[in-house]
Amino acid sequence: MRPLLDVQNLSAWFGKQQALKNISLGVNPNSVTAIIGPSGCGKSTFIRCLNRLHEEIAGAFLQGNAWLEEENILSAQVDPVSLRRKIGMVFQRPNPFPSMSIYDNVASGLTLSGIKRKSVLNEVVEKNLKLAALWDEVKDKLSQAGSSLSGGQQQRLCIARALAIGPKVLLMDEPTSALDPISTAKIEELINELKQEVTIVIVTHNMQQAARISDKTAFFLLGDLVEFAPTSELFTSPKDERTERYITGRFG
Amino acid sequence: MSSLSEQMEHTFRLRNLKSYCMLAMIVLAFVVSALPLFAVFAHIIKLGFSALNFDFFTKLPAPVGESGGGLANALLGTAILVGIASVIGIPWGVSIGIYLSEYGKSKTASVVRFCVDMLVSIPSIVVGLFIYELIVIPMKGFSANAGGVALSILMIPTIARTTEEILKLIPAHVREAGLGLGIPRWKVTLFIIVRGSLMPISTGVILAISRVAGETAPLLFTALSSRFWFDGFNKPIASLSVQIFNYAISPFEDWQSQAWGGALLLVLFVFVVNLSVRILLLRTNTSKGKQI
Repeated sequence: MRPLLDVQNLSAWFGKQQALKNISLGVNPNSVTAIIGPSGCGKSTFIRCLNRLHEEIAGAFLQGNAWLEEENILSAQVDPVSLRRKIGMVFQRPNPFPSMSIYDNVASGLTLSGIKRKSVLNEVVEKNLKLAALWDEVKDKLSQAGSSLSGGQQQRLCIARALAIGPKVLLMDEPTSALDPISTAKIEELINELKQEVTIVIVTHNMQQAARISDKTAFFLLGDLVEFAPTSELFTSPKDERTERYITGRFG
Repeated sequence: MSSLSEQMEHTFRLRNLKSYCMLAMIVLAFVVSALPLFAVFAHIIKLGFSALNFDFFTKLPAPVGESGGGLANALLGTAILVGIASVIGIPWGVSIGIYLSEYGKSKTASVVRFCVDMLVSIPSIVVGLFIYELIVIPMKGFSANAGGVALSILMIPTIARTTEEILKLIPAHVREAGLGLGIPRWKVTLFIIVRGSLMPISTGVILAISRVAGETAPLLFTALSSRFWFDGFNKPIASLSVQIFNYAISPFEDWQSQAWGGALLLVLFVFVVNLSVRILLLRTNTSKGKQI
């Protein structure tokens, strides 16, 4: 199968410090790819390169190629703003926009790029809240503040918001690390269903989570991609000794 | 056994005694610190309340030697001066605040921040003199415009700094979430970050307004004063604070009483504004508490 997103020789820096070293990795369409590794190994930096949020940080830059279909999304000719409409992102902490209603949060990606038609917005809001498995809980209070929801609901709201602009790829940066086990289970279930709609790359600290939800897993260590394999393979018969030590918890 | 419980009771009583002593000292400290405020309040109410009547709010000042009349023109004048100051000062101050919070890491920004901090502590009479040189002399006359500009300069630093502090409260990942939706940075700043903070920003604005509404010194060299109704933006204009000043130093008892009335009105205005801002902030804070 030809990958939807094909990363080739990606390196990234914060000033003089290199955070990613020559990463090559292909993401298949409608799959879930998990990125695991210890803190500071560059896994968040990796997905932040893919929607070019990396370069919003002062002094940060990157090198390499990444093909999304026919387009090299890391080339200087590509406008990061329009790229981010194709590659959405969900963050570590739920971050509904301040004093915006649930409805406005989901619609914000459209309204702020000039789509004002009420009928279109209504449809998009309902469709994506349903996709994010939040519709039944909020359909009677769409005008309430997004911040009035619980943490888990807020995170699903953020997922609906990211889906509303119709991205091809959804990046998730430890989306459940601030949530309780029940909310986490709901999000994991959701990720499993969202595969039909969108291709997912998820960073996680939690190896069980990677094993439960992903099709392929990449193990990062100190900015290197150590191993990238189908999840069941990586967790049962890792090829690299460092991977084995990490997944068995015998890591330094 | 009994001796142990007796001993415990003794310690307990001692602790209670200590606690009451501390409480008494705290209450005393509160009274001492609040006393000046209440004393000023009581004095102004005592002397000013009798001056407040229907004429006070509706009539022009009476000619010298006649009793009665009111400060209606000064009330209107203060409103107009604050209005001019707001039109200039609010957009300017908020813009500086946005710049400092969103682009505040550059060297230019730290220079701007330092200047704004300096501006806070410049005596208001100096601002008045500056505007006198800058506007009153070239325009050959005292004017409402000059007074409004002087007041706006006093508003800018307060508004800029509160706006900056409020916007900084929004975590960086909220801005990234906006960028992540493919929204350009300027739209994220204006329509997500600033619009989401309009309520607390407006409380900063209101506090700045209440501060300049009572300013006297910068108006003495700019708006001057007037015993008549508003006569155009390029003409001298009455204001409550300057009228209080003029009446208070006059030899006429009637005027002095009206000065007290005006003072009462100003203090009430500041009091009400501050109180409502507190209540507003309290509300927004409690609703924010649910976030994350």
